[in-house]
Order: sequence, then C-alpha cells, then structure tokens
Amino acid sequence: MSENREALIPHIGVITDVRIDTPDIKTFRVVTPDGKKAFDHRPGQCAMLSIPGVGEAMFSITSSPTNTEFMEFSIKKCGCVTEWLHQAEAGQQITIRGPYGNPFPVDDVFAGKNLLFVAGGVGLAPLRSVINYCRHYRDRYGKIDIVYGSRSKDDLLDYKEIIEEWTRDENVNVYLTIDREQEGWDGHVGFVPNYVKELNFDTDKVAVLCGPPIMIKFTLEGLKSLGFDKTQVYTTLELRMKCGVGKCGRCNVGAKYVCKDGPVFRCDELDELPSEY
Amino acid sequence: MQKITREVLIEKAASLLNEGVVSAVYGWKKGEFVYDVTPALFTTTEELEKEFVWGDFCGANFSKYLVASTRKIEGKILVFLKPCDTYSFNQLLTEHRFDREKVYAVGIPCEGMADVSKVKAAAGEGIIAIESTEEGLAVTTLYNDAPVVVPYAEALAERCINCKSKKHVAYDELIGEEGDVLESGRFDQVAELEAMTPDERFAFWQNELSKCIRCNACRDVCPACTCEKCVFNNPVSGAETKAPMGTFEEKMFHIIRAFHVAGRCTDCGECSRVCPQDIPLHLLNRKFIKDINTHYGEYQAGAEVGSRAPLVNYTTEDVEPCDVFERGDKNA
Amino acid sequence: MRKCTAANLDKLFAAIAENAALYLPVDDEKGTAQYKKWAEGTVMSNALNTAKSPKDFFFPQSEDLMKFKTQGKTIELTDIRDEKEDFVVFGVRACDVRSFDILDRVFLVDPRDSYYASRREKGVIVSLACSKPTETCFCSAFGIDATNPAGDVTAWKTEEGFFFKANTEKGEKLMASLEGLTEECTEEAVEAQKAKTAAILEKLPLADLDTDKFGGGKTAELFNDPAWAELSRSCLGCGTCTFVCPTCQCYDIKDFNTGREVIRYRCWDSCMYSEFTRMAHGNNRNSQLERFRQRFMHKLVYYPENNEGIFGCVGCGRCLAKCPISMNIVKVMKTVGGKKDE
Repeated sequence: MSENREALIPHIGVITDVRIDTPDIKTFRVVTPDGKKAFDHRPGQCAMLSIPGVGEAMFSITSSPTNTEFMEFSIKKCGCVTEWLHQAEAGQQITIRGPYGNPFPVDDVFAGKNLLFVAGGVGLAPLRSVINYCRHYRDRYGKIDIVYGSRSKDDLLDYKEIIEEWTRDENVNVYLTIDREQEGWDGHVGFVPNYVKELNFDTDKVAVLCGPPIMIKFTLEGLKSLGFDKTQVYTTLELRMKCGVGKCGRCNVGAKYVCKDGPVFRCDELDELPSEY
Repeated sequence: MQKITREVLIEKAASLLNEGVVSAVYGWKKGEFVYDVTPALFTTTEELEKEFVWGDFCGANFSKYLVASTRKIEGKILVFLKPCDTYSFNQLLTEHRFDREKVYAVGIPCEGMADVSKVKAAAGEGIIAIESTEEGLAVTTLYNDAPVVVPYAEALAERCINCKSKKHVAYDELIGEEGDVLESGRFDQVAELEAMTPDERFAFWQNELSKCIRCNACRDVCPACTCEKCVFNNPVSGAETKAPMGTFEEKMFHIIRAFHVAGRCTDCGECSRVCPQDIPLHLLNRKFIKDINTHYGEYQAGAEVGSRAPLVNYTTEDVEPCDVFERGDKNA
Repeated sequence: MRKCTAANLDKLFAAIAENAALYLPVDDEKGTAQYKKWAEGTVMSNALNTAKSPKDFFFPQSEDLMKFKTQGKTIELTDIRDEKEDFVVFGVRACDVRSFDILDRVFLVDPRDSYYASRREKGVIVSLACSKPTETCFCSAFGIDATNPAGDVTAWKTEEGFFFKANTEKGEKLMASLEGLTEECTEEAVEAQKAKTAAILEKLPLADLDTDKFGGGKTAELFNDPAWAELSRSCLGCGTCTFVCPTCQCYDIKDFNTGREVIRYRCWDSCMYSEFTRMAHGNNRNSQLERFRQRFMHKLVYYPENNEGIFGCVGCGRCLAKCPISMNIVKVMKTVGGKKDE
C-alpha cells in the first residue's frame, strides 16, 4: 500500500461471511480479493464502506485489531447503503477505505485500569473491538465490567460470543439486560442507565459508553450520581460523513471534525463543543 | 421613485401592531448600502422606526415566507404586497399553502424597482449613497465628486420595465390608488427566441444555462416552488443532484423546474432577480405562459384565488396535441 | 520589477499561452467578468473581480474521482483523473489569492487531497493589485493588502502598462520566459498606485469592520447569541453565498450510474442546505438557524481555531453582492456578539 495513496480512492473488499445477529443487524466479514486484511486499525476506528452506485457510509470496525485475518462490521439496517448490504451474500465485492478517526486510548489511559463498558443495541459494535482488544491483552488491564442491553433478547448483538467467550473469561463480568420481560429470558429486565445505577459500580475505573443518544445521556447522569467524573467517561459520536478525512465539512461540530478528531471523545471534551451532535 | 413614503407604511404597521390586529410585520430592512435590503419580520414600533425601509430597492416578494411563518407565528402577520406580489399571494392561496386568516395583507403601489447592477453600470462601482430624486437615482460613489443621476428608466429592473400589472389582486387594505393591468412587452423577448432557428435557440440557452452554479436560489426564492421536499433534494427520487454533472444536467434542472411551475408561475421575476449568474430564467417561464395563452386562452396565474389552471383543467375546447406538434414542426 | 507596455500585452498573453493554458477575467455579453481561457483576440476585463471566484481552478464545482465497473459480485475500480496541463491564472485579486491559502490549509494537510494538490502544482498565479476597490470590499479587515497581493507573480496595472514582480520560484520561471516582452523598471509607478489605492481603501464604508469579537476559542461566547435567530430568519437556505465564496470548501461525494459504469464524483456542497447533515436516523442541524450559524461560525471561529487565527473569509464581497436576501457575513459580524456602539 503506497504512502501517497489518495484517501478517497478505496480498496476493493470482499464480503466472505454474513452473520445474522438480530432481526436488523448483520455482521459482515471483509477481506481484500487476495484474502488479506485491507489495512490495520486501532480499537474504535472506522472505515468507509461503499457499494458503487448506491453510496458510501462510515462504519465502526467491530473486529479487534488483534484479528490479523479479516475485519468485521456489525451493521444495522437503516438507510440505502445498509439496506443494500443486508441483501449481499458472501463473495460480494464492496469498497473499503480507512482507517478513520481516533481510537480509544487503550495503550495509555486505559492501561492498568479497571474498565466499564456500557452499550445499548448496535452500540456494542464499536465497543466489541475494544473489548476484544482488552481481552486479548488481558494482563494489561484490571477488572472488566460489561453492561449491555437491547430491546429484547433477539436484539442482543454477538450473543453467542458474549455467552461462550466473554462470560467465561476470568475477571470479566457481563451484565445483560433487555427492555421488557420476554419468555425464555431469566436475566435482568430494564433500561441500561437504570441497570448501571443499580449495579452501583465503584468509581475506580474508566467507563466507555456507546448507544443511542438518549442512553448515553442518562447513563452519563447515572455514572455521575455514582461519583464518576466526566473525565473518566469516553463515548463515540456518529454524524453524517462523506470524506472521512476532515475536509468535506459534514461532520464538523465546533472546531472538531468527528471523522478525524473523533469519533471517540472524552465526555468533558464534548462539553466544549456546541450542542450539535 | 416610490410615491408612498416609508413613514406612511410604518404608521400603518405600527397602528396595526399596537391595536393587536397583527403580531408581526413583514417588511424590508435597512442594509449597509441603501440597496442591500433584507426581508425581515418586525414585531415592535421601535424596530420599524429604526430599520424599516421602503424605496426603490425593495424588490423582494414576501408571499412565499408566509408558507412557513404563518405556521410558526401566533396571531396575524401583516404583509406589504406590491401589485406583482399579490399574484403570488393568490396563487399560494389557490394551492392552499397558507392560512388566509393568519394574514393581514396591505397592498402598496409600486413605481417599479431598481436593479442595482444597472445602477452600477450607469454610475460606476463604489456606491456609498443613493438618493431617490425626481430626476432619478442620485448616486454618490467613491470615484465621483458629485452624485451621478441615473434616470429611473435606466435603473428599472427588467421585470418592472415589463410590468404586467399595477393592480392589486389581493389585499385586506389598500394604500394609495388602485392601478390597472398593463399591456406589457413581456413576451417580446420570448417571440425573439421563437423566431430563432432551433440551433440558435439551443446556443442561446446553452450559453445562458452553462453559467448555472446550481445554487438553487431561483428555486428557493420561487413562490411556486413550495414542495416540502424537492425532487432535486430527495435521494430516493433518482433525480437528486447538487452540481451539474454535465451540460445536459444543468439544463435538466431548469427545464424540469419550468415545467413544474407551468401554469402556476405568476411571472413575478424573482428567479432572475436572485440569480447570481444573471441567467434570464424568467424567459423559460414566460415561454410557458405565452404558450398557455396561445393554446388555451389568456390565463394569468394568481389573478384570482381558486382558478383552475388550463393545464390541470380539461375542457372540450382544449388544444389538440397535433396542433402543438405542428407548431413545433413548423419551427424546426 | 519588470514592466510590459500596454502595446505588448497581447504578445505577453500569447507568450504565456504558448507554454500553458492561460485563464483571465473576460467580460461576457452582459458585462459580467468570468475567468475564460485566453485565445487570440481575447480582451481582459477591467472589472474589479469575477462573478465566480477562481477556486474552481483547484477545487472545481464538480470533478470525477474514479470509475467503477461492476459485474456480478465483482467490482473493478479505475482512477480516472486526467493529467492536468500546466496553467496560468492571470489577474487574481488579493482577496482571492488569500483564499488559495485558506483552501490549502484544508486540502493539503494530511491526508493531502491529491486531486487538489496536482492542480495547485500545475497552476501559476499571477495576481493583480486593486486600484478601484468597491463598497463591498473588506479584505483589509483580514489583514489583506489589496495594493500588494501575494501569488507566484504580483502584477500592477497602470496607465503605462503592467508591472510584474515574481514572488516564488514558479513565478520567476514564468517571468524568465517573458523576458523579451518585459523590461526592467523602477517601482515608482507602482508605489504611486499603491499610495493612491491605500487612500481609497481607508475611505471604504467597511474599512473599520471589527474582527475582534471573532477568532478561535469564541464558540461558547457566540454560539448561543440570540442575534442568530433574527439574522437567519429570512435565509432561503440556498447555496448562493457558499458557491460564490472563494473559501467555502464543503463537498459531497456522489455516484452517477451511467448505465454501463458508475462514476464517483465530488461536487460542491453547502452547509446551508437542509440535507447536508441528514443521516438515516436524523439530522444534527435541523433548523435554518443552525445551518446559517454553522457557515459563519466556521469562517469566523472554527477555522481560525484550527489555523493559527486565520479567518476563513477574505472580504471579497461576493456574498454581499449576490445573496438573494442581502444577508451576509458583514451583517453577521456587525450584529453577533453585540454591536460596536452598544
């Protein structure tokens, strides 16, 4: 890959596997035509996927950088590009460019700390990359708590991986919740922000939030009531993007470009931005 | 030079505001250089006295603003309408685009508005003051010692030279005297275009439309363009475009727009007024108006509320397509 | 400093055009100046500036980026950029020359936009000092000297002819190629013109436009100013200000399906458009107030914050002349953050 490559010109990618996660989320495995990873990335970074003639859109890379074979994207059906992708089968070529944005500070701020991940719905997608990275380098981090909720059991993303891998890890606690009672579910029922408060976490950790804006808002309030400071909490933003490299102006909020200066922000940094995200 | 003074309009607006008849007033707001007047909503007498203007550069037609503002603002809105604006006003009512009950319309006479580019062409750049005098616009610039007087006839905007009507077709109250519908030469240039060979005509429009930068100002100012979502903005319409992909596409935008407003365009001329590239867009619309007049009988959109435009009203007298086809053939 | 007499000007243009495409302001049939490619007989406009800004030369309104052919499940991608020819843009005013610097700070920073960069490399800018600024000019508010513009070569036009001073290597190369048509001269005539123009600049109605209220770090102070509501109320949401602006650089990337292949192109976009930030699940700037504010905050606060205090406006005055409702950055600057006299 040449250093002077034009950022807007993508690589060709091949979807090698499509996993149905929930009724509206599928996870796509992508490699280059010669079977390699298209590029390296850091946890929390994103990539632009496109289908020529349909459009291009930014997605967080769900797989961990420690996966050297392929990349994965968990994508919820909600617009033109995503609808098209949901109809794609293995073998379909797409285009891919990236990596874009700043990663979670896994090697400095997170190092040696206890970590709390809080996700709602498809918001687990960007966190899965970090969680698996931290699980891979398990000895670099303290205790890991994961609170994950969705509308129903069927809407929980990566359910198999969570049950078969995450919950079996030592010193990793997974707390699942769904919004409403459901047959065959004997776990917790209730909204994520309330669950976080109920769990009454110690403030000796860094928290990472990702989910719908309303979940972020109330979880942040919940964490504050538990004594967390905003400087201990990270989240990711999602805005319309076109170029991915801080030039087209679309994701500009205040003096920041979410594609370049984000998508990862510390919550106190968000306070400095105008409320337009 | 306008016959009605600014003070008369302020007095009217202030009294309607103070009596509680209206809660806001659409008027023209003073700019930096006399000619750069901005449409504004006034809510107090103080604002009116400070910034309301009325003069030879108050061309903006407020009718379209009523579509959005009547939904947002409590109480009635006073709108000052020049004769040509009243046609847009009626057309919007015909299309049920705003609630008539929410508007108090005051008709005001208009002697024609000046086109600042014509003023600059006559008096030069660097305008620092313009005064409306009996003889014309007295223009002081950075580069002339004494004001240059530009006669009104030289300063008038094209749409005002070819003014179609001094008659107000809608109002709750009229200031000044009622005028008449005028015989205008507004179709003369259309006739010239029709007299061209197809190749000449194509070259004319190619030259004009190639200047288009697709800023959408013509569409966004147009009182006939009130779609909640324009096809050109709608990603699922298949016609969404932001920039001309080629010379064909820029023509497509304007021609589709002209078709879309055919029979509804009142010929207010706002499209050409706002075009930053000075494309005579009104000529496309006038061609449609002229054709409608020819084939279906005289019809003026907005002349009254509720009239059915010939293109959406079937009658047995309607022109046969073959007649139209023959005309095209003759011109080929 | 070199001088070219008025009589030699056509020969000079011909000599430039021999080695590169030469573009210069030319009046159209209605007297509006636009950049046109020089050909034998082309007459340079005397207008103060062109209706459209020269940003097109480097950042065209629409440009093809790449092409895709799809067959079954496979995609074939072709980089279709054409090798750009060398070109010279002649007669760029000081304000517009500064706009290239502003665009450079977007397109040439990492990752460098190679489409823009290749045009910048191929283009030579011959600027032209102003001698008759107009009422809508306010470049001096942004520290631009209209009498002494930057550019690869600076030119001054006086009654005696054109005076040239090369500022860069590219400029020196161009001037060297024109040695036979120019002669060494003193700076007297140029200095006299500069002094004369400077006196006019001081008298311009917008000469005292205040930029102190703006700049990096002023977001919190200005963002919630109640004045935005009134300023933006009549905004049509069109793209005129954006598209005539020499520094607006927002763009869109779109695919055009020709039926046989897909062309991915980029085109100018406007933050004033309601669709600009719309996503499948919502829009973070839903009102025209927010979109209007974004455009001005970007030029007056966000851009300087990221670029050592340099404002994203050059005071060319095009938006003042062209906005359909005569709302513009000057009115914003005079109103937002409180009026000077209040």
